[in-house]
Amino acid sequence: MTTAHTETNYIGVFWWLSGLTILEIAVIYVPMARLIVVILLIGLALSKAVLVAMYFMHLKFERVTLGMIALTPLILCVFLILMLLPDIT
Amino acid sequence: MSEAVVMDAAVEPAESPLTPESWGKLGMWVFLAGDAMSFGALIVGYGLFRVGSSNWPRPSDVLGINLTALMTFLLICSSVTMVLSLSAIKNGDQSGFKKFLSLTVLAGIAFLGLQAYEWTHLIHEGLTLTGNPFGAALFGATFFVLTGFHGCHVFGGVVYLSTVLVQGVRGRYGEHRHNEVEIAGLYWHFVDLVWILIFTFVYLV
Repeated sequence: MTTAHTETNYIGVFWWLSGLTILEIAVIYVPMARLIVVILLIGLALSKAVLVAMYFMHLKFERVTLGMIALTPLILCVFLILMLLPDIT
Repeated sequence: MSEAVVMDAAVEPAESPLTPESWGKLGMWVFLAGDAMSFGALIVGYGLFRVGSSNWPRPSDVLGINLTALMTFLLICSSVTMVLSLSAIKNGDQSGFKKFLSLTVLAGIAFLGLQAYEWTHLIHEGLTLTGNPFGAALFGATFFVLTGFHGCHVFGGVVYLSTVLVQGVRGRYGEHRHNEVEIAGLYWHFVDLVWILIFTFVYLV
């Protein structure tokens, strides 16, 4: 596990992040249903965020509980959306 | 004498349960989780204002996507140089560590310069905290608060990494002492991660 940690291919992660960014920009110019565009963009952004957290912040090599601490804000945001949505619809 | 030894053992701090390397790393993770909630609340607030608004402009009509794509690319590059800097110091490569950390700081400064340019341009076009000639006034308020809050984090990161760099030049870090560099890196990657989300939600969606 420690050896895998030191052997992370950072340049590979960089290419993935760059590629996904280009894909994101391309998506907004493709004529598609608005909902599909939004879902694609959110999916691509979350994939990039996961790549940064897993490989650059080394979360993949940390204990699971630390990952749960890192995930807590995302869960709270989902709660926040669900609680506030009735106010604007 | 033996009593003193026992007392010393009793006050010896326990190993951090989640991050055996150091307590500082756990501290940074907990801080970042809290900071993520601040960003999360701002992004959710932005999203709800937008969904509830009838005249929200299309971001690509108001904001320069090409410039911010370049800013995104800069931050991604700076994250790579940050991990390469940590990787170098772990292997005892002092010059590589200083080179990559300097590049990270420079990319952060370049990002701030581009953001200042972008803001100036938008303000000249009439986009302010309270006004927006392109539609909903809240567009301006949410845009400046979100990108400004992130920009403050980048500025803080530049200062933070600069102090690490100065300490590095003084020879504080090495093959057996690089924990502080890793903790500073966590902060910097977090700032990059948040920008990835802001770029998508504020500029692209």
